[in-house]
Amino acid sequence: MDNEINEAHEAYEYSKDSDSETTKRKVVVPGEIIFEGEDYLPGDGTRKEGENIVSSRFGLAESAGRVVRVLPIFGAFVPRKGNVIIGRVSDITFSGWLVDIDSASSGFLPIEESPRFINRNEMDQFLAIGDVIAAKLWSVKPKGIDLTLKGKGLGKLDGGFIFRIIPSRVPRVIGREGSMITLIKERTGCNITVGQNGWIWIRGDSLDSQIKARKAIEFVADKVHIGGLTEKMEAWFESND
Amino acid sequence: MTKLQKRPDGRKNNELRPMTAKVGVIPNADGSAMFAFGNTIAIAAVYGPRQLHPQHMQNPSTGILRCNYDLLSFSVADRKRPGPSRRSQEISRVTEWALLPVLDLEQFPNTVVDVQIYILQADAGTRTAGINAASLALAHAGIPMSDLICSVAVGKNDKTLIVDLSKEEEDFHDGEGATDFAMAKPANSDEFSLLQMDGKIQPEMVKEALKLSIESCKEIYEVQKKALKEIVESPEVLK
Repeated sequence: MDNEINEAHEAYEYSKDSDSETTKRKVVVPGEIIFEGEDYLPGDGTRKEGENIVSSRFGLAESAGRVVRVLPIFGAFVPRKGNVIIGRVSDITFSGWLVDIDSASSGFLPIEESPRFINRNEMDQFLAIGDVIAAKLWSVKPKGIDLTLKGKGLGKLDGGFIFRIIPSRVPRVIGREGSMITLIKERTGCNITVGQNGWIWIRGDSLDSQIKARKAIEFVADKVHIGGLTEKMEAWFESND
Repeated sequence: MTKLQKRPDGRKNNELRPMTAKVGVIPNADGSAMFAFGNTIAIAAVYGPRQLHPQHMQNPSTGILRCNYDLLSFSVADRKRPGPSRRSQEISRVTEWALLPVLDLEQFPNTVVDVQIYILQADAGTRTAGINAASLALAHAGIPMSDLICSVAVGKNDKTLIVDLSKEEEDFHDGEGATDFAMAKPANSDEFSLLQMDGKIQPEMVKEALKLSIESCKEIYEVQKKALKEIVESPEVLK
């Protein structure tokens, strides 16, 4: 089970990450001209005005090839189908569990979506109020968000602790193809699960290693405007060992 | 007929009060900002995009913006009775209209973005300070927007056009009296999203007033830009 939970982050899409490629990043505000001239193409969060590429959002501008985009660095979690999140069970109904996923509406985990058969009379034996789970968003509709536990690395998170970071910084914490989170796991020896909603669960053998993992993650989440973070992270571990 | 030689606080006619802007002042909000024109201080908090209730207000083609402006009871000399009033409801609506043209909420159907604006200290120009703070807070919340909104009041004491009136100037009574002309515009465009006026003004002076406000908005935009960049490049400003 441990190893499976460990791998939960692999369910994420990595496309948004751009950690190791040190293209020039700069902070831009809405309406600011990022590039002048015809050399670039507008991507996410940008638009073309006349000859210029203009930012349509507050964030970090970066160019991959000719395409310029602006990545958000602040803001609420916007649930999307397929996201793996960490949530806390807030209620048990006759047909499933209500889960607080730190978003506008809470998620619902139907009893059929648990990985094994659960007797309706003994639902709290499987998940009780207050339990923390890693789950996948199975459908996101105006009426509500449905969760599932069927999938690799999903399920109840026992022990350890959880904390929050700003959700839009999750891709940086994970790193390119999981490089950053793998590094942190290796150097601290902790089990870490990162939810797309910004909740992070850590469990390790000793208190020290858990605190170290948390500090490392917060270090990454704070340094939004710095490129090549994986190397910086290694240096951070060297100086903090 | 005496022409004003100097403004009560010694400013030039086209000089704004000293501005302060700070982003991220409310930790529990998705986006927040403080904006001050001299003694007028406004804070704004943004929550969302989030699910909108009651459901009949939901719009399946776009998200909606909901602003709430209020003076806190201690912000004025005589205690203001807390709660919504005719005035605060009006300002809430015009703030929504001033901000909406730059927002792109179509990506978030059926949701709402809530903006709470509170005035901590009132010394005239509260709606303009509120709009400036709200625009910063929306950007901070990561809401897609084509531009920042800058807002300033241009006014008139007797026959002299002045920028960013203080309470003392708003209460001017000689000659033609005081005019208060609040405006808001996207920073990089010459269009206006808010024009509201109290008092009298000659038609030919309106053009001049608009020019003055365009100039002032450039200064405001720089202050807003600096505040937003500061929070990323040196987040310790908040600690």
